[in-house]
Amino acid sequence: MKKTYKIEVDCANCANLMETETKKTAGVKDATVNFMTQKMIVEFEDGQDAAAVMKNVLKACKKVEPDCEIEL
Amino acid sequence: MTKKQKKMLTRIILTTVMLIAWNFVPVEGFPRLGLYLIAYLVIGYDILRKAGQGILNGRMFDENFLMAVATIGAFALAVYDRSGDYNEAIAVMLFYQIGELFQSYAVGKSRKNISALMDIRPDYANIEKDGKLEQVDPDEVAIGTVIVVQPGEKVPIDGIVRQGESTLNTSALTGESLPRDVKEGDEIISGCINMTGVLRIETTKEFGESTVSKILELVENSSSRKSRSEAFISKFARVYTPAVCYSALALAFLPPLVRLAFLGMAPQWEDWIYRALTFLVISCPCALVISIPLSFFAGIGGASREGILVKGSNYLETLSEARYVVFDKTGTLTKGVFEVSAVHHNDMDQAKLLEYAALAECASSHPISKSLQRAYGKDIDRSRVTDIEEIGGQGIMAKVDGISVAAGNDKLMKRLGMAYIDCHSVGTIIHMAVDGHYAGHIVISDVVKPHAKEAMEALKKAGVKKTVMLTGDAKRVAQQVASELGIDEVHSELLPGDKVEQVEKLLAAKPEKEKLAFVGDGINDAPVLSRADIGIAMGAMGSDAAIEAADVVLMDDDPMQIAKAIRISRKCIGIVYQNIVFALVIKFGCLALGALGVANMWFAIFADVGVMVIAVLNAIRALNVHKL
Repeated sequence: MKKTYKIEVDCANCANLMETETKKTAGVKDATVNFMTQKMIVEFEDGQDAAAVMKNVLKACKKVEPDCEIEL
Repeated sequence: MTKKQKKMLTRIILTTVMLIAWNFVPVEGFPRLGLYLIAYLVIGYDILRKAGQGILNGRMFDENFLMAVATIGAFALAVYDRSGDYNEAIAVMLFYQIGELFQSYAVGKSRKNISALMDIRPDYANIEKDGKLEQVDPDEVAIGTVIVVQPGEKVPIDGIVRQGESTLNTSALTGESLPRDVKEGDEIISGCINMTGVLRIETTKEFGESTVSKILELVENSSSRKSRSEAFISKFARVYTPAVCYSALALAFLPPLVRLAFLGMAPQWEDWIYRALTFLVISCPCALVISIPLSFFAGIGGASREGILVKGSNYLETLSEARYVVFDKTGTLTKGVFEVSAVHHNDMDQAKLLEYAALAECASSHPISKSLQRAYGKDIDRSRVTDIEEIGGQGIMAKVDGISVAAGNDKLMKRLGMAYIDCHSVGTIIHMAVDGHYAGHIVISDVVKPHAKEAMEALKKAGVKKTVMLTGDAKRVAQQVASELGIDEVHSELLPGDKVEQVEKLLAAKPEKEKLAFVGDGINDAPVLSRADIGIAMGAMGSDAAIEAADVVLMDDDPMQIAKAIRISRKCIGIVYQNIVFALVIKFGCLALGALGVANMWFAIFADVGVMVIAVLNAIRALNVHKL
């Protein structure tokens, strides 16, 4: 299952970091952060609850870039 | 400006005022340090906070950390020296913040501009209710609804014109401003702008499945597929920052220790620590990290404005390396509109022969069958045809009014053991056998597209080494078209499967670095499109199959667009390389100067912000591709 989220992040490097962290989060199969369109495309592993996984993704992203936002 | 940016601007102005004022305030010692610390905290508190959080989260080496260490270090040195000159630390933080503000403003602005260019999304659809027009969300319009499009409005959903006549502006889709006329019964695709008359359109698709949504989805997702250059930069940044931090640490401690222990000289701690701090300021990798994706985004944006949709940065990169271009003939280099030009050696009436041919081919949608049906000119009564058997690459056998008819090329005649008469005219030859006897042949010829020859020349000029044409058509036709257009290599009489084989042979024969592009109309060559290094589909307006299968989609069917796409990709990649080289050379140059003690912290921050600004401005150049 793939979902797209709107994000807010100021710098491209931070976007890269967010992508790496999101990929590492449990339940995420793959993720791409598109800095230019300010979007995050997350592919979840089968049978995962997207909302629950995204909570952890947000937490992980906040760690690398305190200023970032993900519209859940 | 966003709220965040405005807040930052206020902080910058406030700090600048304080910095100037404090230089005229006659206080010494701790009160002076206190005043400067206030200015420092105003401009840098968020950096310090982020640096602190970074350390707590085990992520030491980011740019916040670099800036925090450098400025606190500068403060500490000034305190240690008792010089009372705290300007430098604050100025470094100030310029860093100005740079960041400019970057976020410039990038945000260009992001918006590019997105606006590509935004062909219709906001509403008009539905007539009780004689009045009502605006509704295009998403809510069901298939089969009649919508009204007034002059000046965008067509929101694909459909068929039920009433009205008008001229359409398709430039948002094709990049070409040639208007197109539509009338009752014509198919119409979303994204065009209705220019002259009111149209009533019966929708044939949902909004989400309409051309405009497909294109938007494609463009929006395009920069998500990252190129090798982008991957290189993110890898580079991961290694680079820690490496610079350790080098700075070494720069601060090793030379003084060496001086002290081995050379018997004064260690000059302050001097070396200052150099190390300068080193840290220079090192920020922002210019690279920001400008590379921005270049690709601008390139893809510029291309899409020209009617060239590139599905990802990686494809733009591959396209720029294309040295071999393989074409499908029909529909790509030729119009794919066949016309019956002659009927030879026929015993029976010409019209009768055409009737048999058209009827036998009635089930096929192949352009040749269509042209036979057109030449016949009357409605086809399918009930007269039975036992249709299509033989791939040869032709069709069927029974018309109970009489066996075979229509196809010489291979089919040989298969049937029929003696046939070869034709001397150039074109596609349909031999006809009726009721077991050879009944003559029909000559059908295709027309070469108007710009095809110039397109081949433009490709050669753009650095393409070899052009190859693949076709299922007869050798004579293929060779005639090839020599007319100046194509280097021709493979004719191929079955669909053979095309893949030919492309694979070409792929194996060429060097790894030189890429092979296949250009087709996307209808029956999907396997070849996906097998080539890069697949280009032409004339994709309204064809979902082509949009799905290809890596690059040309909305128009003008072959000149292929060379243009390659030129755009070259320009974009050129800019990417310029930025990589420029940023790295300046960075390493400044790092060396900093280590030698030539560059001070002021110089360092100017170098950092300056490189970033120039790289961003250069990246935006990729958007400007109209005249290429």
